[in-house]
Amino acid sequence: MTTEKKPAAPGGGAINKRKLEERRRFLRSIILGAAVLGISTLGYIPVASAWRVRMRPPGALEESDFLSSCIKCGQCVQVCPVQAIKLDDLDQGFGVGVPYIDSRKQACDFSCDAVQCILACPTGALVYKKPPFMPSRSEMKVAAPPILLAKEKDPEPTLNLRERAGLARLARPDACLAVLGKGCKGPARGADFKGVMRFVEVDRWKPIPLRDHPFDLPLCDLCVRTCPIKGAISLEAVVDKNGIKRMTPTVHEPCLGCGVCEMVCPVESAAIVVDPRKGWGA
Amino acid sequence: MMNNKYLDSVRVMLGGEPRKMDASEFTEEAKTIHFYKKNETLDFVALKKEARAHQKKGKWLKRRWAALLAINLLFVVSYWFDIQILEGALTASRMLGFHLIDLNSALQVMLAHKHIIVNLFIGTGTVFVLWLLLGGRTFCSWVCPYHFLAENAERLHVWLVGKKIVTDHAFHRGVRTMFWALFALMAIITGYTVFETISPTGIVSRALIYGPGVALGWVAVLLMFEVFYSRRAWCRYVCPIGLTYGFVGVFSPLHVTYKLADCHHEGECRKVCEVPHVLDCVIKGRAPAAQLDIGADCTRCGMCIDVCPSGALAFEIKGLRKIM
Repeated sequence: MTTEKKPAAPGGGAINKRKLEERRRFLRSIILGAAVLGISTLGYIPVASAWRVRMRPPGALEESDFLSSCIKCGQCVQVCPVQAIKLDDLDQGFGVGVPYIDSRKQACDFSCDAVQCILACPTGALVYKKPPFMPSRSEMKVAAPPILLAKEKDPEPTLNLRERAGLARLARPDACLAVLGKGCKGPARGADFKGVMRFVEVDRWKPIPLRDHPFDLPLCDLCVRTCPIKGAISLEAVVDKNGIKRMTPTVHEPCLGCGVCEMVCPVESAAIVVDPRKGWGA
Repeated sequence: MMNNKYLDSVRVMLGGEPRKMDASEFTEEAKTIHFYKKNETLDFVALKKEARAHQKKGKWLKRRWAALLAINLLFVVSYWFDIQILEGALTASRMLGFHLIDLNSALQVMLAHKHIIVNLFIGTGTVFVLWLLLGGRTFCSWVCPYHFLAENAERLHVWLVGKKIVTDHAFHRGVRTMFWALFALMAIITGYTVFETISPTGIVSRALIYGPGVALGWVAVLLMFEVFYSRRAWCRYVCPIGLTYGFVGVFSPLHVTYKLADCHHEGECRKVCEVPHVLDCVIKGRAPAAQLDIGADCTRCGMCIDVCPSGALAFEIKGLRKIM
């Protein structure tokens, strides 16, 4: 029993060579499997570390739901009249091909009147109203349907949105021109700025470059006068710590976090910014 | 017997070796043809020369590339010139308002998100029916922009192999089935559309429409791998999109058909084929019937038809007479 020899393979070398190649192929296949799976899971790193907190288009689901439900087709990009929506690159890992808005470069000013990106979304990653089973945070909900100033005189003045995308915040009050009592003359962001905006008094249906719409304001209130949402921001006389009354941009509950104030703020870097995914009172 | 044909075609697509048929499975007609072929002596060189002289060179290749470029260009111009015919990208789009959603992308989203909305359902249904009629993996060779890049990289690879500068390294084809299952599993577990992150189909499609980015670097890596290491590695051994559409094509009426009597068994078709295992029946003595449908893994690219010197292969729509 102990001396039982394995029978030699018939044909000898040829079979062994084929078997060897088969074994090699098997091993290669395992390595290929591990490599591709390894590379694909690398995409988790930028997501887990949230190394860049992105502002999503209006009506986006909560971030993890948004990333899973977005099919990365860019139809929201195509319908946006101000081209505020961009698609992320591979450095965002699982977020590759997912839409975001860089408000400082080009904010969503609701020029489309109807939040068309939501209408374009084929998978429900962007929604007018979250279905009841979808996770949502109460601080993201707006108290009343937001009134879009551009269509305030229309029979239906409200925007079909129930939640905000973020919240504006006066990040650098010491740089704010209004707080400093300074005015603003000329184009808000200089002659080279490429961003566009809709001004109802110019043309309700056609957004124009911000640089083609110069201002001449004794006291800068750009964030207030360009805000597309009724009652979202105002200049308030606030007494500072030295007892001096200063006009200060103050954000109110209707703010949707659209980012227009951040785009128009003439100070570098912007005195007022939008915090993506931040809710009211949170 | 009839069911066996489809089962076999799926088994081979999933990675199984093509099965050699028993003598009992051969039709009488096929047996007769094989019998006469045994004693056949042909002057292949002369036949090939004669055939080449009458062949339209690369007929299907030209048609296919024209279709592939036209479809991808339609996406691009729809956005750039705002003509709104085909909006979106290959993962999901709208053609004149009708939702079209890539089956594999939809699967990833459904598994990751675990909710299905009506639009997603409609778009997926439309695409399912479309490719059921047109042949499943027809998507790969007639639409996928990565396929176009990869088949040109393949030419370079084959040339380099011919010059003995590189050698081709094959993998086990079953690894693609494993990838399909694992990517589905990863979508369920992580809640992210993991495959979409590395899918060159989505990346190239978006790059064409919305402009290039870092992600194209990954596509370049894949192409380099295919040129210098393994022929058509992504499409053959990895891509779950191909397998998803392969399933759709199992019962498709549009397929390549093989006529045993016309075949000279030279094997030209197997040399150009992306999935040569589907052409196992062209090996001398293998075909169990006088006419056979090529299996589900076939991408209907028509390269075999273009290259066949004896006209043994042709496109066919089941139920209709031969169209071409």
